[in-house]
Amino acid sequence: MAPALVWLVGLIVLPHAELAILSLRSRVAPRVYEWSFNQYRTFIYEPLYWHTFVRTALMSILATVCTLLIAFPAAWYIAKVARGRAKSVLFVLCLIPFWVSETVRTLGWMILLRESGVLPRLLVDLGITAAPFEMLYHDATILVGLVYTSMLFMVVPLVSVLETLDDSLIEAAYDLGGNGWSILWKIVVPHAAPGIVAGSIVVFMLTIGNYLTPTLLGGKNSLWFTEQIYTQFITRFNWEQGAAFGFLLLVLATAIVWFGLKLTHQNFGDVMRRA
Amino acid sequence: MQQDLEVDGVTKRYGAHTAVDALSLAVPHGSFFSILGPSGCGKTTLLRIIAGFLAPDEGDVSIGGRSMRGVAPNQRPVNMVFQHLALFPMMTVGENVGYGLARRGVARPVIANRVDAMLKRVGLPGARDKRIDQLSGGQKQRVAIARSLVLEPTLLLLDEPLGALDLKLREHMKIELKQLQADFRTTFVYITHDQSEALVLSDRVAVMSAGRFEQVGTPQELYYQPRTPFVAGFVGANNRIVGKAIRVDGEFAELATVDGLAIRARASGSIAVGDRVEAFVRPEAVAFARDPTELPHAAQHFTGRVESLLFDGANSAVLVREATTRAGVRIALPQTGRFADLKVDETVAFGFDAQRAICFRAGNGSDVS
Repeated sequence: MAPALVWLVGLIVLPHAELAILSLRSRVAPRVYEWSFNQYRTFIYEPLYWHTFVRTALMSILATVCTLLIAFPAAWYIAKVARGRAKSVLFVLCLIPFWVSETVRTLGWMILLRESGVLPRLLVDLGITAAPFEMLYHDATILVGLVYTSMLFMVVPLVSVLETLDDSLIEAAYDLGGNGWSILWKIVVPHAAPGIVAGSIVVFMLTIGNYLTPTLLGGKNSLWFTEQIYTQFITRFNWEQGAAFGFLLLVLATAIVWFGLKLTHQNFGDVMRRA
Repeated sequence: MQQDLEVDGVTKRYGAHTAVDALSLAVPHGSFFSILGPSGCGKTTLLRIIAGFLAPDEGDVSIGGRSMRGVAPNQRPVNMVFQHLALFPMMTVGENVGYGLARRGVARPVIANRVDAMLKRVGLPGARDKRIDQLSGGQKQRVAIARSLVLEPTLLLLDEPLGALDLKLREHMKIELKQLQADFRTTFVYITHDQSEALVLSDRVAVMSAGRFEQVGTPQELYYQPRTPFVAGFVGANNRIVGKAIRVDGEFAELATVDGLAIRARASGSIAVGDRVEAFVRPEAVAFARDPTELPHAAQHFTGRVESLLFDGANSAVLVREATTRAGVRIALPQTGRFADLKVDETVAFGFDAQRAICFRAGNGSDVS
């Protein structure tokens, strides 16, 4: 218990308390501060900030959904179709990208996608585009990068939850007149719900708090909220504003997760236990 | 009579292994048919072919007079009760029973009525809103059957559904299953490795071994007139005595074991002097006495020593070693309690009528286990 408490208090509660205090201060003169809601007021009255905020949330939700849609068939194949050696090989294939640091992985994407990169040149060589096409700095590029980074965290809980699904339930449903879609909706998804929700929470949290991938792949257009926080802390040296943004991000992410749990009738403790 | 199920020359191979070997069978409407065999005999494969989960390599399956070639499991007038029941844990009892009706697009109020009526018939009124994990083993069994029967299938397949239950509940569920089948008059095809289940429940039983039917008949026929050594050995308890035929007269044959024990038994099929033969004598066909003069006159007599007592209430038996050849014989004890004071190592007499023993020419090593 003690190590967990040290971890929780020392690394999470204390810094956040400090951030909370910081975010509620306003500098009125050099080294003179007073309590105020100014930082939060700035967020509300400056359209760029809350625009970025909403955009980050929507893109993160989209990335989570895309990850789920791609990971589910993959997890199904690993859990239900692949046998023996093929199963472990596929699992390792999901893991291998994580042996490389995120920076290097993202730079790899840049090499592939930039105007003078591998993919645009290939398209020209194949005669599909007349001139090299800049594939970086689009929203779609950011999504691709985020989904790629998140796959493993969706596949693992999905595989573990699908492995516990008894095949005879699927056969029974089929025997009683069910077809592919109805079995997916009535049997497989309800059974996998804790895994789906757990994977989605992890992926969503990783995505909304990601800094590197949106910045490198989206460039100046990425408009990711973590970027605003970074700018306030590091570029502007406005720690008070950065702290307020950090807090807002925490509240936003928590609210979306809570809403998602309500929407899917899942219980947080149950989800974390099953995943 | 209309045949609800006809299997015609069905074969299924897995590589070099033939799981189901050119099997044919017909099950008349409203009857309880069992397929009895040891694990690995191909009975589950046959059941899955009937249900449509496997396609036969050769042959055809007809249900209710209609060929099932190319008909998917969800389109067949067949439902299955799975070995571990496969109830949907994410649904209530009512949703489980109504699942098939909902897939057919039956209107909600109609489903609710039919589910309630069905739950009442299987003795679970008011269980509609219960969760599956709130039910006992026997109740789950009934829900699984109700879930299939509510669809009014031509044929209900049951894949060893009593296997997971403890002994007492299994005995109880046997009776319940028989009553349910009599009540619904649906044709049941039941597979099991438990000969007692097959004998108690069925109108007819097929004994299966290595992908083939050894014998198909009523439980009484299988028990009293087994046609192959496998059936004699598999259905009910039996003493098996292997030897060589030393004399054949009419319908009887005399055989001698390697140790020199000679017995007479009714011959099934042709047996010639010198053939290797297997004889079977049921424990209850062997008369048992302390005084040899008490044994029936017609019977062939032996003496021996009690090796062990197997007390099991009404199924009590005793293991006796024949005095000269040390051959072991299992003998059922009469219910009168006369032998309640029997001791190990006591010298006793036993004998049996040749008419109640049966012998077969041993196969070419294939069916001698």
